Amino acid sequence: MIEIKRLYKNFGKLEVLKGIDLVIEGKGVYAILGPNGSGKTTLMKCILGMVLPTSGEILLRDESIKKNWKYRQDIDYLPQIANFPGNLTVKELIRMIKDLRRKPDLDETPLINRLKLEPYLSKKLGNLSGGTKQKVNLTLTFLFDSPYIFLDEPTTGLDPAALIILKEMIEEEKSKGKIIVLTSHIMSFVEEISDDIIFLLEGNVYFRGTAEFLKEKTQKPDFIHAIANLLTEQNV
Amino acid sequence: MFKIFKYSFYDLMRSRWNYVYLLFYLALGLVLLFVSTSLSKAILTLMNIIILLVPLIGTVFGIMYYYSSKEFTELLLALPLKRSSIFLGQYFGVAISLSLSLVIGLGIPFVIYGIFQSADIWHFGQLLILGTFLSFIFSGISYNIALHNENRIKGFGFAILAWLFMAVIYDGIFMIALVMLHEYPLEKFSLIFSIFNPIDLSRIMMLLKLDISAMLGYTGALFKMFFGNYLGSTIAMLILALWTITPVFILKWRSAKKDF
Repeated sequence: MIEIKRLYKNFGKLEVLKGIDLVIEGKGVYAILGPNGSGKTTLMKCILGMVLPTSGEILLRDESIKKNWKYRQDIDYLPQIANFPGNLTVKELIRMIKDLRRKPDLDETPLINRLKLEPYLSKKLGNLSGGTKQKVNLTLTFLFDSPYIFLDEPTTGLDPAALIILKEMIEEEKSKGKIIVLTSHIMSFVEEISDDIIFLLEGNVYFRGTAEFLKEKTQKPDFIHAIANLLTEQNV
Repeated sequence: MFKIFKYSFYDLMRSRWNYVYLLFYLALGLVLLFVSTSLSKAILTLMNIIILLVPLIGTVFGIMYYYSSKEFTELLLALPLKRSSIFLGQYFGVAISLSLSLVIGLGIPFVIYGIFQSADIWHFGQLLILGTFLSFIFSGISYNIALHNENRIKGFGFAILAWLFMAVIYDGIFMIALVMLHEYPLEKFSLIFSIFNPIDLSRIMMLLKLDISAMLGYTGALFKMFFGNYLGSTIAMLILALWTITPVFILKWRSAKKDF
């Protein structure tokens, strides 16, 4: 369970999060949506301890994450822009992250095969294309089988075939009883995969519910228009 | 921390620039020993080069390493690792690999020359120790500057400026102050003034050790007068150690408060 209480974050004069209250409980895929700059990534980074909240509290399994780092053993995180050290090979990077997470015996071959990364294993990360880098990024995220998974724009750079694999992987993790939190700008992807939608607007939770509920509420026939409606509603 | 150190260290050890740096010292050592008539003279020339070059390279390497591994650092920050161990591990990786290049690069020619049979071994040893201190101090300072500045160009500029200030401008201000205030007793003032600059401090230490009064300059002569050779060196060494530790603590403190 993830519990967020009155979470504020300012970057200088810019207020990004303005008192977010949020409880994420039970297995499922939770999509955090919102226009650019609404605080999606900041919220995720707050939970990961990379951004330090101005005020408020974040609890993971009833335990505060403040001044704590061990809780991250339960989290897998896919960052938005993965830029790895250029002169390492894919194989070395995977070995290194396994070592740093103290799980050196995990076998990555099933994931490598699934994402078709074998030809790149001994290539340097600096020479890989954006999509291939994202696949490496995904491998590192899904390898560790942690109960919480955070995916920041997981679809970036992926081809349709890889996108299908990603969806399958997310479904599988969900069926294991995990909590998966993701952000994406691909609305069809979000509609298909998510159980619960958390819509952020100007640093607050503006809407929370299923895609169906959202369509009903906005009286729009499809998801993308419903979301667009949420955005324009605010502007009126 | 050790794991991060290990990876940073390996990463740097595989970098081409580290070898260029090592080869430079190797060549410098060989040429100097070949040209100079005596070991002390070679050591003195080396000192004049090292005292400016080591801080410069420490500054440049520190700042470049921080920025080039920035995205990777963000990846590490999401892993179950302590923040301070990530940054300290990287910093020690930079500082130690630079120091090793210096010690090995200069060590080889001097060992070949037969430094172990010479009375100058202590002078040479001290030169290497000072070089190591300066590597640590200036990569520490530049790492802090990089952490403080998101903008790479700005960070790079500030770091170079910090080096330029300590290496050149500081002495200039010092001299102007001495000339302008020549009517007053300035002994204590100059002592304190030189303590605040690790480059000046290293120079004084080396000159005290080599016992070259003609090159000691005003501050060096003062140091000698006040502390005598031995005590002066010890105090200067302690201050250098302070200069080394302070950036590490600031780094630890600041990195704990930063958003990524």
